[in-house]
Amino acid sequence: MTQSVVVQVGQCGNQVGCRFWDLALREHAYVNKKGVYDEALSSFFRNVDSRRSNGGAGNITGERIRSLKARAVLVDMEEGVVNEILQGPLREVFDSTQLLTDVSGSGNNWAVGHLTYGSAYREQIVDKLRRAAEHCDCLQCFFLIHSMGGGTGAGLGTRVLSLLEEEFPEACRIVTAVYPSAEDDVVTSPYNSVLAMKELTEHADCVLPVENQSLVDIVNKIKQMSGSVIKRDTAVISSRGGLSGAEKPFDAMNNIVANLLLNLTSSARFEGSLNMDLNEIAVNLVPFPRLHYLVSSLTPLYTLADVNIPTRRLDQMFTDAFSKGHQLIRADPKHSLYLACALMVRGNVQVSDLRRNIERLRPTLPFVSWNQEGWKTGLCSVPPVGHTHSLLALANNTCVKPTFVELRDRFSKLYKKKAHLHHYLHVDGMEQSSFTEALSSLNSLVEEYSQLDATKGRLIPDVPRLHIAT
Amino acid sequence: MSIVTVQLGQCGNQVGQELFDVLSNDAHDGQRKVYSKSCIERFFHETSSGDYEARAVLIDMEPKVITQSVFKAAQSERWKYGDHSHFSQKQGSGNNWANGYCVHGPRHQEIVEELVRGEVERCDRLAGIVAMMSVAGGTGSGVGTYVTQSLRDTYPNSFIVNHLTWPYSTGEVIVQNYNSVLTLSHLYRLSDAILVHENDTVHQICARLMNIKHISFSDVNKVIAHQLGSVLQPALTGHSHGDFSRNPLGELLSSLVCHPEYKLLTLCSIPQIASSSMAYSTFSWPGMLKHLRQMLIANAKMEEGIDWQVKAPPVMPGGGFSTRSQRGPGFNTSLANLLILRGKDVYKTEIGEFQDPSIYTEWLKPTEALSTWKSPISFNKYEKCATVVSNSQALLGPLDRMVGKAWNMFASRAYIHQYTKFGISEEDFLDSFTSLEQITSSYKQL
Repeated sequence: MTQSVVVQVGQCGNQVGCRFWDLALREHAYVNKKGVYDEALSSFFRNVDSRRSNGGAGNITGERIRSLKARAVLVDMEEGVVNEILQGPLREVFDSTQLLTDVSGSGNNWAVGHLTYGSAYREQIVDKLRRAAEHCDCLQCFFLIHSMGGGTGAGLGTRVLSLLEEEFPEACRIVTAVYPSAEDDVVTSPYNSVLAMKELTEHADCVLPVENQSLVDIVNKIKQMSGSVIKRDTAVISSRGGLSGAEKPFDAMNNIVANLLLNLTSSARFEGSLNMDLNEIAVNLVPFPRLHYLVSSLTPLYTLADVNIPTRRLDQMFTDAFSKGHQLIRADPKHSLYLACALMVRGNVQVSDLRRNIERLRPTLPFVSWNQEGWKTGLCSVPPVGHTHSLLALANNTCVKPTFVELRDRFSKLYKKKAHLHHYLHVDGMEQSSFTEALSSLNSLVEEYSQLDATKGRLIPDVPRLHIAT
Repeated sequence: MSIVTVQLGQCGNQVGQELFDVLSNDAHDGQRKVYSKSCIERFFHETSSGDYEARAVLIDMEPKVITQSVFKAAQSERWKYGDHSHFSQKQGSGNNWANGYCVHGPRHQEIVEELVRGEVERCDRLAGIVAMMSVAGGTGSGVGTYVTQSLRDTYPNSFIVNHLTWPYSTGEVIVQNYNSVLTLSHLYRLSDAILVHENDTVHQICARLMNIKHISFSDVNKVIAHQLGSVLQPALTGHSHGDFSRNPLGELLSSLVCHPEYKLLTLCSIPQIASSSMAYSTFSWPGMLKHLRQMLIANAKMEEGIDWQVKAPPVMPGGGFSTRSQRGPGFNTSLANLLILRGKDVYKTEIGEFQDPSIYTEWLKPTEALSTWKSPISFNKYEKCATVVSNSQALLGPLDRMVGKAWNMFASRAYIHQYTKFGISEEDFLDSFTSLEQITSSYKQL
């Protein structure tokens, strides 16, 4: 069984991360009735005896659970968020060696995060990462969580990403990046996002972009259904059963992202008839190295309180996964081109249900000519808390292009007027060329997606086969 | 003589466990002393404490599946896997053939050889090795190919048969066609015979014949286990002179694989019914054999929906062979067939229809092209059961489509960087494509 380490950077990263750890504990508590530290728990937690001075690596499975410590590194250049975590119910899950904080913040400036703090804290960051890695028997993957709009998450977060590539080249790097919406109140967020995008394109194995606006829409949709219609604690936004009590403003949205990560890793942690490990995600969903932006959707978002015909509800779950309203970015994958698609099913779903739905939905989805049957499927037997089954769909689809184009346009608008540029150029090590390079990286990414889009709908003839002389 | 089974990857281990279940249940069914003894000697090792341990080695690059299989075996209380017969790592092969073949295979070669040697040495005499794997993933396909290669080097005179499970053609793993092409091209040079089950076909059998509403992989694997069991269980062959054959794999190969260019084997089995319907069904040999023959020539894998329009061309005056042009499209020409009949009244069966020269190519006389094995013992609770193992054009369509899809993907170089980073070059891909086009072309010419 492999282990993964979560690195949460910046305010957004840490708040989402906090929800992730809460829900992860809830999920394992639900499944693990005997209180024994098992392989599934070890993928994200160490079992530590806090009475012993060094605690030990805490990887021995089969023992009783004593004190669980998250395999995480928390980084923030302000103290507020991390302090709140340390005073909250999750304080036992982290120890002080996993934290890195400063006081003054990055001022929403990518250059400050990436260059100033990146250099100042380089040694300490590498040290903490290495320690977390050494506590793992078999480290498979790093999950980086951060936002793209601010200074710490975008700047220092992407610096951490390149450090991960340098120091741990064998481990997979999966990034959950929260993109700012157009109405974002941080004026310089386009600069921060585009500068960060270049880093993600070059150093990440997979990126799962998430847009705040989509999360807001989903939360609203669920709240509309609430009351007598939905079973309590089954909504993807709910924290019921977790450690934290009253819910804070962004909690509902952050729970969605936390659930995304839990479902992504479910097949690696729990058993099933068709396992799907984390390293299989990159191999199957990334046909060309730079095109690694995956659109995700989670269904069902809630369980209805009354009893429905099981099969209809199951098929509805598959249909929903491809609908616009369930995607975590504002995009419509059905009207763009699919390069590849992964379906991770949890719970009491059999292979025939999966095959039936793929055959049913396939004609409605445009796939690129060389990957007409581009499906990667996984079946995990353990459902998430409160549901009998769930589906996570990850699509490598050209519908990410509009998001990137919009980002580029907002960037250009500012850049043309050289607005706020001096804040960045004042930072030691920051050159104007960083801006132009980042822009050109984004442009060529958009161009690659455009070229693939151009093939959509066209009848591409089969490439002539090798001819054998008889 | 004993057979050692090597189970590779998730599919290999899941199917293997179902296979041993079928074999064990069949061996313990009723009072059939000689048959049971022969079956047990072939597949199980009796320990000093009276346990039956499967003669199997379980290999996977991650631990969950092997743990499940070992657990399920122990639950049967009739047989189990040996405590030291398995090997797993912590991190899988990531659906990447190159990762399996270039990294995991060599890294663990010694320990795998050690485990297999242990099983082989526990056999009085080795009848051969059966390696079970899928072609879609990374471990079964990649590590499986490497292990087959190492087995071939270590046991150059033993029979090695690979059992492959092909994935759903609508897609289970996106790079499944690359993994399949690479596996088949390599195995063709290493293996003595390649026995194939397709998920699509077995799924249809479950859906239409066995009336299973929500088909799980367990259901699929049970059907595969039944069909494989009907081939591998003891039978009386032409050469065994009244005893159960002591060289099943050797005789299988000499019946079916007369030319190294033609190694792909498929299975058709009749009947396949839900166990709940068994008590109400009666079977007659003539009816079953008639259906089975039509299944063979029309390339249908089950009794329902057979195309009875596909006919063998009429026998020429003088009894000559028909040519390829006389057989219509949709006609599955065989190179050789092995008919295995088990159950009541098996000595009263008429198999003449299977010796009809018009269903074979001209190279072998029909009496050489058809071999028959019989066993009066009923298999797996079926009163009568007939299976034909066929070296024919049955896989031509699926193979051709698989190569076509892989070639299209290769033309755009999609996913190639995932393979080259582990040491498989574009030239290696081209070599594999060339081999498979050659194999496809050979079968087309039958």
